[in-house]
Amino acid sequence: MGTLARIKKSYLLYSFVRDPVALTCFIIVSILFLISFLSPFIAPHNPYESATINVLDAETPPMWMEGGTDVFILGTDSQGRDLLSTLLFGMRISIIIGCCAVLLQAFLGVIIGLVSGYIGGRLDSFLMRMADVQLSFSTMMVAIFLGAIFQTAFGVAMYERFAVVLLVFIIGLAEWPQYARTVRASVLGEKQKEYVEAARVIGLNPARIMLRHVLPNTISPVLVISTVQVANAIMSEAALSFLGLGMPVTRPSLGSLINSGFEFIFSGSWWITLFPGIFLVLLILVINLLGDWLRDVLNPKLYKG
Amino acid sequence: MVAFTVRRIAQGIFVMLIISFLCFTIQHAIGDPVRDIVGISVSAAEREALREKMGLNDPFLTQYIRFLGKAAQGDVGMSFFFKKPALEVIISKAPATLELVFVSSVIIVLVSVPLGIYCAIKPKHLMTRIIMGISIVGVSIPVFLTAIMLIYIFSVELNWLPSYGRGELVTIAGWKSGLFTISGIRHLILPSIALSSIMLPLFIRLIRSQMMEILETEYIKFAWAKGLHKRRIWFVHAFKNTLLPVITVGGVQLGTMIAFTILTETVFQWQGLGFLFIEAVERADTTLLVAYLMVVGVIFVVVNTVVDLIYGLVNPMVRIQGTR
Amino acid sequence: MEHLLELQNIVVRFALRFGDLTAVDDVSFTLDRGERMGLVGESGAGKSVTGFSIIGLISRPGYIASGRILFEGKDLAHLDEEELRNIRGNRISMIFQDPMMTLNPVLTIGTQMIETLKAHRDISDNDAEAMAVDRLKMVHIPSPEKRLNQYPHEFSGGMRQRIVIAIALLTDPALIIADEPTTALDVTIQAEILDLLLELCESAKTGLILITHDLAVVSQVTEKITVLYAGKIVETGSTGTIIRDPMHPYTRGLINALPGSGHTGDRLNQIPGMMPNLLSIPPGCSFHPRCPFRMDICSKQNPVLTYHQGLERQVACFLMENRGRGCI
Repeated sequence: MGTLARIKKSYLLYSFVRDPVALTCFIIVSILFLISFLSPFIAPHNPYESATINVLDAETPPMWMEGGTDVFILGTDSQGRDLLSTLLFGMRISIIIGCCAVLLQAFLGVIIGLVSGYIGGRLDSFLMRMADVQLSFSTMMVAIFLGAIFQTAFGVAMYERFAVVLLVFIIGLAEWPQYARTVRASVLGEKQKEYVEAARVIGLNPARIMLRHVLPNTISPVLVISTVQVANAIMSEAALSFLGLGMPVTRPSLGSLINSGFEFIFSGSWWITLFPGIFLVLLILVINLLGDWLRDVLNPKLYKG
Repeated sequence: MVAFTVRRIAQGIFVMLIISFLCFTIQHAIGDPVRDIVGISVSAAEREALREKMGLNDPFLTQYIRFLGKAAQGDVGMSFFFKKPALEVIISKAPATLELVFVSSVIIVLVSVPLGIYCAIKPKHLMTRIIMGISIVGVSIPVFLTAIMLIYIFSVELNWLPSYGRGELVTIAGWKSGLFTISGIRHLILPSIALSSIMLPLFIRLIRSQMMEILETEYIKFAWAKGLHKRRIWFVHAFKNTLLPVITVGGVQLGTMIAFTILTETVFQWQGLGFLFIEAVERADTTLLVAYLMVVGVIFVVVNTVVDLIYGLVNPMVRIQGTR
Repeated sequence: MEHLLELQNIVVRFALRFGDLTAVDDVSFTLDRGERMGLVGESGAGKSVTGFSIIGLISRPGYIASGRILFEGKDLAHLDEEELRNIRGNRISMIFQDPMMTLNPVLTIGTQMIETLKAHRDISDNDAEAMAVDRLKMVHIPSPEKRLNQYPHEFSGGMRQRIVIAIALLTDPALIIADEPTTALDVTIQAEILDLLLELCESAKTGLILITHDLAVVSQVTEKITVLYAGKIVETGSTGTIIRDPMHPYTRGLINALPGSGHTGDRLNQIPGMMPNLLSIPPGCSFHPRCPFRMDICSKQNPVLTYHQGLERQVACFLMENRGRGCI
């Protein structure tokens, strides 16, 4: 049977199209991703072009309110940038950082988990102890610390120049333990199985055994946590940006927008914080829901009659 | 039980050493203790002399041991900004955070326990679905956004509650408390709701899923077979078993809570440790930063060890070594 | 004389997403005061479900679809929850399979015993404690007073099962339902527990329904046997007669499968195949695919449970209908 046919017949697809929540979430996520990445083409204005930005336009309310114009659909922020455009670009940055950070975490975590689980012994205990300690400090805390340390070490200017890379690095470093633990648990389970014993007896080199035989069997749990981890990464990035340890106001992500808009809710310009907030919550929510659904489907233990 | 206790304490000390090592490395790499003491308008020669005198050119390990020694005596350096010993600054701000965390924890326990049990007992009920729905939305809203929304609704629009600061404080044996004045309590309401908002859904879901698992066990079935009242089965048989994993997870959530105090205090301008931390970052006050990390590390290790010990006391299988 | 317990045409179904599954199909039997019956069958045959249905403890989504359960003048299948609760643990006690899982690990033995008494009687703590100690003595647990304050994990498997039996006896029930009480125990302990059950039931004239897949166990303790297959009764009769002269091919297979029924060194006789998944029961007689004596009619029609050799013997098999039989 061809791969496409196999996917079509698979249980995953079956339950996917039958679950209204999963379908809706997937559609919403796709729309959000699409409009973010198409932002250079569909955004009405370019928020990075300082020449087009006039500070006198600052704090214009959304179109449907008094004082609003249809030039700035959702109003403008404190610097006069069109909120809708800045929002779209910001969402793009948030998504990129989120996904890259997860790739980094997964890469690090899977390797560490594989090595730790397969080799075992002292190395394993040590690595898992470190993972435990890091996990118990909570990854948000670790991310904030790392952000603080990097910013103090490099200085604000340099930090802001390399913000995207640094953020990916920070969030990636903060969250590898999740992946490492999950993969290691899988590896320990697989290690007991006969096919690993057989491969060892034949004399295959351990790296090969790990990559070609054990790894494919650990993909399923990795997929499950990856979705939720993307949501977490986006949330962490938003938190870091809100604290000033993330994207600068000149190239804001959703978190930085919320931060810069915060003080203005007292003077009545609530839209600067609200709209980025709505998009942020929506993004995180639908990814979380998808992750929940994926976990329910891929996890045989949870089969409920 | 004794062996268990000893082991946990030993682990705690080990983790503390690792944390202190990391903190020292950071301090060593990016801190500038000379600047902290004499400021910036001092000649290079004098700086070098000071460095030598302070032992800053000694080997890494020697400096680390010295650092540990001084830390054990409560000296973690001077805060550049406050011009006071870092530890003193931290201690003065600690009560604010501790009170906030305390009130939030109370809210979490009082709300999540009944709701979690209810959702476990009546899984198909409409109310349960609503609660679970709100939970998943709650988990997806970052805590600072909840804080901002609360401020907007209750402070800006309705003007019922204050949006920043701690209000009137009462000093009791050096502890500035907001718990004893109406103003203090009013100031506590929004921040503690914001702080608990992100942990509530987690605990509700945790209690619910643990309890549901337990309700399917043989011993619960046996309790039904004995003809016990359902309330006894739920609250004595099932709940006591639910407590065990909840205690473990609860302890671990502490780390997350500390992270969230940083976010919450920033929004509410709450003069606690979290706010202090962010200010230290903004001012590049390395010593204070590192001191904060050490203190958080200590609190963390102590609380985790205590939680582990409590677990050992509550779980009879750990407390009493049995046969088989 | 009225029977202690009478099941009349009990049907138990499970409401699953894709339809209802029949786990117990038209089961009827009686039990008299002090009588001990074995309910025998492979895993999944419906014997535990039948046992649970008597006290209304079938796990969701199971339900009693039809039939009556007559006990001490009431129909248990149609009783409300509070009245059922009064009977459970009080007039009818139940013993489960794995004593480590049956006892709550975070409560002391004493608590778990005393609460049973207090749930059904108006009794002081001291009196309840005294009764608990007395029952522990009945099941031969040494130093019972001290044991009351201990936790389940401090006892061995055999002792835990004794404690469970003691709990069952606390209220002097008229009937004990024991669901695989010895399966989780070591073989040596099994015999002790069975002896204990026998001794206690005989002396107090307590009725016993012993649910098990193990014919050896049944032969030691019970007076009559009901054999279940895929939710239906295939044979009933007194223990001695069934073991000596099984009629239904399935029962015959079970007896032959016992080690010791052949010569030493022979292979064990197995009944080929497996009991069908209740979702796909074969047409006609559910056993016919595995039956060495199957005839044409067996795959088309369902054999009816009919009496043979008087009122004490029943079989559901077309094979038997061709033999001589008594009619009622």
